[in-house]
Amino acid sequence: MAIAVPTRRPFFRRPSATHGLASWLTTVDHKRIGILYGVTAFLFLLIGGIEALLIRIQLAVPENTFLTFDEYNQIFTMHGVTMIFLVVMPLGAAFFNYLIPLQIGARDVAFPRLNAFSYWTFLLGGLFLYSSFFLGGSPDGGWFGYANLSTELPGPGMDFYAIGLQIVGLSSLVAAVNFIVTILNERAPGLSLMRMPVFTWMTLVVQFLLLFALPVLAIALFQLTFDRLFGTLFFQPQAGGDPILWQHLFWLFGHPEVYVLILPAMGIVSEVLPVFSRKPLFGYAAVVFSGIAIGFMGWGVWAHHMFTVGLGPVANAAFALSTMFIAVPTGVKIFNWMGTVWGGSIRFTTPMLFAIGFVAMFIIGGLSGVTHAIVPSDMQQQDTYYVVAHFHYVLFGGALFGLFSGAYYWFPKVTGRMLSEGWGKLHFWLMLIGFNLTFGPFHILGLQGMRRRVPTYPEGVGWDFWNFVSTVGSFIIAASILAFMINVIRSVTRGREAGADPWDARTLEWLTPSPPPHYNFAEVPVVRHRDEVWHRKYAEDERGRPVPVVAGASNGHDDSEEGEEEHHDIHMPDPSFFPLLASLGIPVIGYGLIFWWPLAIVGGLIVLGGLFGWSLEPVAEE
Amino acid sequence: MTRSSPAKRARLIWLALSAGALLLLAACTQDYDYNSLAPAGPVAEKQADLFFLVFWIATGVFVVVEGLLVFALFRFRRRSSNETPKQIHGNTRLEILWTIVPALLLAGVAVPTIGTIFDLSGCPEGGVEVEVVGHQWWWEVNYPELQITTANEIHVPAREPVCITLKSEDVNHSWWVPRLAGKQDLVPGRTIELQIEANQPGVYQGECAEYCGLSHGIMLFQVIADERADFDAWAEEQGRPAAPPAPGSEVETTIQQCLQCHAIAGLSEPPPGAPIEGPDLTHVGSRRTIVGGWLENTPQELARWLRNPPGVKPGSKMPNYRLTDEQIEDLVEYLGSLE
Repeated sequence: MAIAVPTRRPFFRRPSATHGLASWLTTVDHKRIGILYGVTAFLFLLIGGIEALLIRIQLAVPENTFLTFDEYNQIFTMHGVTMIFLVVMPLGAAFFNYLIPLQIGARDVAFPRLNAFSYWTFLLGGLFLYSSFFLGGSPDGGWFGYANLSTELPGPGMDFYAIGLQIVGLSSLVAAVNFIVTILNERAPGLSLMRMPVFTWMTLVVQFLLLFALPVLAIALFQLTFDRLFGTLFFQPQAGGDPILWQHLFWLFGHPEVYVLILPAMGIVSEVLPVFSRKPLFGYAAVVFSGIAIGFMGWGVWAHHMFTVGLGPVANAAFALSTMFIAVPTGVKIFNWMGTVWGGSIRFTTPMLFAIGFVAMFIIGGLSGVTHAIVPSDMQQQDTYYVVAHFHYVLFGGALFGLFSGAYYWFPKVTGRMLSEGWGKLHFWLMLIGFNLTFGPFHILGLQGMRRRVPTYPEGVGWDFWNFVSTVGSFIIAASILAFMINVIRSVTRGREAGADPWDARTLEWLTPSPPPHYNFAEVPVVRHRDEVWHRKYAEDERGRPVPVVAGASNGHDDSEEGEEEHHDIHMPDPSFFPLLASLGIPVIGYGLIFWWPLAIVGGLIVLGGLFGWSLEPVAEE
Repeated sequence: MTRSSPAKRARLIWLALSAGALLLLAACTQDYDYNSLAPAGPVAEKQADLFFLVFWIATGVFVVVEGLLVFALFRFRRRSSNETPKQIHGNTRLEILWTIVPALLLAGVAVPTIGTIFDLSGCPEGGVEVEVVGHQWWWEVNYPELQITTANEIHVPAREPVCITLKSEDVNHSWWVPRLAGKQDLVPGRTIELQIEANQPGVYQGECAEYCGLSHGIMLFQVIADERADFDAWAEEQGRPAAPPAPGSEVETTIQQCLQCHAIAGLSEPPPGAPIEGPDLTHVGSRRTIVGGWLENTPQELARWLRNPPGVKPGSKMPNYRLTDEQIEDLVEYLGSLE
């Protein structure tokens, strides 16, 4: 509320909408941005899922002609690009955004407008990539776009790939800086590093991985863009360039990227398992340090994607060893999760089922991963469906199961309502069965010699049966996603009221009402323990068993609700149009580079205008 | 519920599971054309041996770990809402144990792995040498010592080591004959060697295993292992030039169009060093397959190909020449005679 009438209206004003479209377009609230990330990524999941179904329909029977080769190549490329860059990464970002400030007792991220910029750049990058379907054909060089095929493919598809990934990568890079600063600087008093929730820890590791990996990808993508659009010869062997350079750069990014995709899910599972076992995480320090160790070792394994390239026996042996031993910290995590449920009081809620599903499926993906380190046998498995099986067990059975666990676990916090357990369990069992039916047979198909990326296959070589099984499984997965959507739509309006702490949980986000007020915490909490909220509810007796404490936040009680009216004086960052404006210019530059260069200048000016407005607008509306 | 019945049930489940696993394994090692678990040569055998070593270790780990997980979930399920489990925060001894045991297991696997890596790298001395050049989407096959050029099928003598030298004319490809050896990439600007050997005469299916563009999916080939005498006879036959078509015939004119991209020894002398656009056709009639290994070499399939090449192999460099039925018939007959 303005007290003094300003003498001169400033040129730049901060928008003030709190409802409606304008409020979403200008929001800098980490919770709203988190929701935007989640909803957008889920829509991309549906698109990527439809692409997967098209692939499975095509491969259901041998010598099928449902899709042309050209369509098939575009679809499998976009399926991979979508699931990695537009689904699993931004779903992780949705959780970082919503939860990190809440988990560390902060009111927002360090740079709220930069956060909005990250989201809009991600969204526009995704739309830019998909606009290629209407502008001359989508990328068709595979998600890892091997040069020199990627430099030579006709049509604008691979231009969209190179520039689109650059845009999406920019979004993650900016977010990485933001979250590193947030986690290191914005923690509540008393929340030392070794008291941080494991999800926060894993997020921190992921942001460092992104910070160092994305520039490598950016360089590779710039080289690809320059080769395609400006006639440079980085990857052209005829001119002394080297196509293998692309593979090194891409996988030097690509392998840390794998851990970028899986570590957030590992963080989520490390939160969910203790809550529903009523026990603290077993070996907190071991789980944290194994996560950091994975983060470091992840930089030394990239050439295991290149065992068939002919790097020579010494390089192959070295990368075989590093790949084998990255399994050790991963195993440590799995054993600690089992230690967590061991001796607990396990409640099989939907988030718990998904977390257990994650552990069970990730063990399979981890073991098949070790077989890839065995170079001689990997030469039989490389680029076959065996590899496709492995990374789906890691990225779907692993990452997506973990992310769904998180979705069920934190949905009450975000919406204030519980998801239905019945629909949730239906979702889980359908997904578990469908997932194993779809991807389990891939192991056999790969060992029986079926290569990946083939739009068709001959009859009578032993592949017909398992391909058909897999297609059936993929439709069961589709049904499970439908169950999830029904559950969400029903529960948003009709779900049971959640209260602040419906799960008897352990970390700071459960201290605030559900959904949390704009300012998160009326009073910034002072942290005295790891699992602070648990320790406010329970003490340990002399035999190490929890006994409820009388004072403090008790189960289901919302002690800050009545105080809400009094906290209008908490200063929160004002909304802004400029992050959106600056983002809008970026795809325009992309279109300009591909189709008509003056457009690139227009895009550049829009970005510049957005950045100027960003720096010149007042800190707050008086 | 009695104590014994769940135990009996568990034993039955285990029995059923292991029987199922064995059946699955038996199905997996059937000698289908592309089955890497039905090796037909020493290289693929070593690779399969290593796979099975790791497979059984991994299966053991899988059973133990998943078994413990399922047991824990069953044993420690919540029975009443006010259970107060002991708050255990960790155990340093266990942490050390489950760091060291997997590390030792992996070190154990590393020893034969690294041994085999060095064992299988490069080529042994003195074997038959074959140079394979990848093209979108077919394979050029040269025998430098024998002065033979062919396409999409690689004849080798059985029970003799063969050295395959891999090159690419355009983009990355990967040479893979699952029953003989794991794959090795063909990278433009590089030369990579690979050893193979077939235990028995036979036909071994091969495929391109690195995505190489539009028609990657139908880029196949065959390795044909013959007895030494048959191989020598084949090589001698392949060294002969082709008989030209009857002078003044219609096909003599039509074939000129083919010779712009294809070589037929006896009809055309391609300028030395000219880039090869299409497969050498000198002995095309003797081959088992056409069109990058995708179609059987029958008059019907050859006619189908000539009628509309890009319709059969999308993106094919050979355009549709809109040949008349008569021209196609003549060509099929003539090309079929080039044995």
